[in-house]
Amino acid sequence: MPLVFAGVTSHAPGITGRADQADPELKHGFRDALGHMREALEASKSDVLVVVAAEHFANFFFNNMPAYSMGMADFYDGPIEDENWLGIQRVRIPGNADLSDRMIRSIMNYTDLGYAQEWKFDHGIMVPLHFLTPDFKLPVIPVNINCQCPPLTPLHRTYEFGRALRKACDSVPERVAIVGTGGISHWPATPDSGKVNVQWDNDFLERWKNNDREALLSYSDEETYRDAGQGGFEIRTFIAISGATEGVTGDVWYYEPIPIYAVGCTVGVVNGFDE
Amino acid sequence: MSLYYLQKLFYELNRNETLQVEFRANQEQVLDAFELTGEEREAVLLGNIGLLYVLGVNGQLLMHYAAFCGLAWPDYIQAMRDGITKYGQVRAGLYAMTDGKGAI
Repeated sequence: MPLVFAGVTSHAPGITGRADQADPELKHGFRDALGHMREALEASKSDVLVVVAAEHFANFFFNNMPAYSMGMADFYDGPIEDENWLGIQRVRIPGNADLSDRMIRSIMNYTDLGYAQEWKFDHGIMVPLHFLTPDFKLPVIPVNINCQCPPLTPLHRTYEFGRALRKACDSVPERVAIVGTGGISHWPATPDSGKVNVQWDNDFLERWKNNDREALLSYSDEETYRDAGQGGFEIRTFIAISGATEGVTGDVWYYEPIPIYAVGCTVGVVNGFDE
Repeated sequence: MSLYYLQKLFYELNRNETLQVEFRANQEQVLDAFELTGEEREAVLLGNIGLLYVLGVNGQLLMHYAAFCGLAWPDYIQAMRDGITKYGQVRAGLYAMTDGKGAI
């Protein structure tokens, strides 16, 4: 089946772990946008949700760090973090190992990636699922792009990974939805936590909305680090979605910095998948 | 400096509840399995979040150890800022501070 849904959103642990410390208007505005995203995802009647995430040393460490990896299990557990710290109870989430196998084989025709038959979800996947599939019943296939520790995959490779992911989605009979999740500019878990470069974020989101490949791929990691912090490396998750929806524009349904969440909270959906 | 092993300790501790129990019972014994410098070992034993940050521990690992040590989020952020003040700039790893003021 052709891809049935594509979007992007934030995943910062403060969104659930420090939920009530935010300005109530901002908190509810963001959650309302996530609710609309959930409705759109549900309307797509997807059989599976592929979450393109940027995990934070939950499964992958400096001893063996793949640039790209995809889950290939029939279930996943999460959150790996303390439940009270994250504000999400531990739960088992269904996967689909057979579908993962077929998609991985398809992707490998175009780009290399690792696979994992065990994967504990951290906030990078659990926070989006908490809002998008709150009963945790929809099967999920996790994808990780190393956005935490350089050397990092180049942005043009990320776009190509997205294109390969799209070919895989279109090659299987299941209805596949994809969501990329990461921060734009942010400095999470550092003394600069809460800082957001709104101008940089808006400029990036403009490029993302237009699926302007050249503009999206024009950042150097040095520029991103300088202007958007180490958290800005997670733009790779958004760019992968752009690659998967090449030539198609998107809309940003919500963007507001919520400092206590340590990120500019974002909901974006790619057009044309709701027809 | 053996930042790799220092971060590996937190990677293992964050994801392994059995190790967390062992660590609470006998920190010295758990640390013996990791090749740490004296400064790194002492920072862990004292729960010195500020020094651990300056030594280069990634915040995505350190924030969980801070919570494990009982620090609330604002206290974790402040501990890193205090560490910078006391020990100077981050010595290794990914981070260089900007103004360190953030939003909280």
